[in-house]
Amino acid sequence: MKKKWVHIIIISVVFLYLFLPLAATFLYSIAKEWHNTILPVSYTFSAYENLYTDPRFLQAVGRTLLISGITLVLSVVTMATATFVVFMYLPKMERVLQALVMIPFAVPGVVAAVGLIKVYSSGPIILSGTIWILIGAYYVLVLPYMYQGIRNNLRTIDAKRLMEAAEVLGASKIKGFAFVIMPNMVTGILLSALLSFSILIGEFVLANFLIGGYYETIQVYLMRRLNENGHLASSIVITYFLTVAAISWMMLRLGRRFGKTEEIKEKIS
Amino acid sequence: MNHKVTLFAVIALLPFALLIVGFELLPLTAMIRDSFLADDGVTYTFKQYITALTNPYYTKGMLNSLLISVYASCIGMAIAIAASYSMTRMPAKIQSMLVTFSNLTSNFSGVPLAFAFIILLGNSGVFTLLFKEWGWNITDSFNLYSWSGLVAVYVYFQVPLAILLLYPAYSGIHKHWRESASLLGASAFQFWLRIGLPVMIPSIVGTFSILLANAMGAYATAYALVGGSYNLLPIRIGALVAGDVVTRPQLGSALAVILGTMMVVAMWCNERMMRRFRRDLR
Repeated sequence: MKKKWVHIIIISVVFLYLFLPLAATFLYSIAKEWHNTILPVSYTFSAYENLYTDPRFLQAVGRTLLISGITLVLSVVTMATATFVVFMYLPKMERVLQALVMIPFAVPGVVAAVGLIKVYSSGPIILSGTIWILIGAYYVLVLPYMYQGIRNNLRTIDAKRLMEAAEVLGASKIKGFAFVIMPNMVTGILLSALLSFSILIGEFVLANFLIGGYYETIQVYLMRRLNENGHLASSIVITYFLTVAAISWMMLRLGRRFGKTEEIKEKIS
Repeated sequence: MNHKVTLFAVIALLPFALLIVGFELLPLTAMIRDSFLADDGVTYTFKQYITALTNPYYTKGMLNSLLISVYASCIGMAIAIAASYSMTRMPAKIQSMLVTFSNLTSNFSGVPLAFAFIILLGNSGVFTLLFKEWGWNITDSFNLYSWSGLVAVYVYFQVPLAILLLYPAYSGIHKHWRESASLLGASAFQFWLRIGLPVMIPSIVGTFSILLANAMGAYATAYALVGGSYNLLPIRIGALVAGDVVTRPQLGSALAVILGTMMVVAMWCNERMMRRFRRDLR
């Protein structure tokens, strides 16, 4: 097989290209001395020590967690109910909902920031400079991912039949939704929330424009320290990347479990 | 629909509707309205659009954005077409490993990515110094903080995304199609020209338009790399709306509407292509 080598070479080159910047950042974060050589001369973990004891960094992490946390709770609660109601009772509205949640795909961060600054820096409601403007912006940013996850989930659990069964057994609509539908959607919602979370912790543009001046999130912090200290900045990048990797791994595991329960359900029915 | 259901529906939809109006529809309409206002913010005019489309400073930014997006998307696409095809020829275990890795690196963009490239190829980057030691002054032909560097970085964040979008499309080409084609006497080249490519084309165009939109809207990567010094449309918008010197929100809004329109056109192409793809399958 002569041709197989071609494929192996292509894959090696492409994935080496993808891997190199990451590997270099990692080496840089643990390098003590690194000049004119392929690998660093000596290593140290002091960059990480400095980073994890820097109150400014810890504060930035806390802020990012706070903002993404509030956004995700808000998103899960309102999106689950809205998607459910439209799916069950207003099927004609489905296209409208879909169009509304897909808009963020076509609106890059800078453009979204322009409108938000315009609306909330003057007028009846002033939100600029508060975390609420960023939470609102993030809410919109994760809409497509949350919607897609919840919508697919509703379809796979056959929500219509579940609701029917619940109501036949005497549950009210709200009870049926809260105690029958929601428990069945936990995994699916968790998956979309994790995906959204990994997007939010990597978000820079909106954070920088909307409240970056007063409120430093992880990415804004990284941007500010970029030219200050290379080793520190690379340890931030690696920390961020490991977090994203951990989230992806969790999603993979959850997804597999989710897939398995679906399989079992199919076998039973 | 009975009364009770309506009440339930309204209560359930209200918070979502409020948030959507407040943070999506209202800002967008306000921005569009703003783009038709003069600098004083009161009189209606097309002046901002005329400035945006005739002032060489801004047209250059648009052109640069368009060019870099087309370049980076073409290169990224070519790499991804080759790589994801090669991936399908690997054992299943390696395939899923590579998909996971692409998925991981697709998160590597924006400020962190720019920083990684600065470490590698910046003025005192590892490779830059290393090559200098070996007698090759890389900065003669490559400058990370300019056109060539931006393309290299943009290609980086396009490749994993393109692989993730294209790789599933190859599974649309069934093995027995190839077998039947070769039984009927088709060469590999003929197979790809007559069967493989036509099946793939909608996915390729669809992926390309997503890449294009992705590159056109990218702000963080370019900002972290070149700051305000390279003329790109998103950077211009940012400077006009929240710049350090002079802010002209109305002109910024007009440019933002133009950028948004470019993205919508790209997305619309994708949508059209996907529809066609599905119809072809049925």
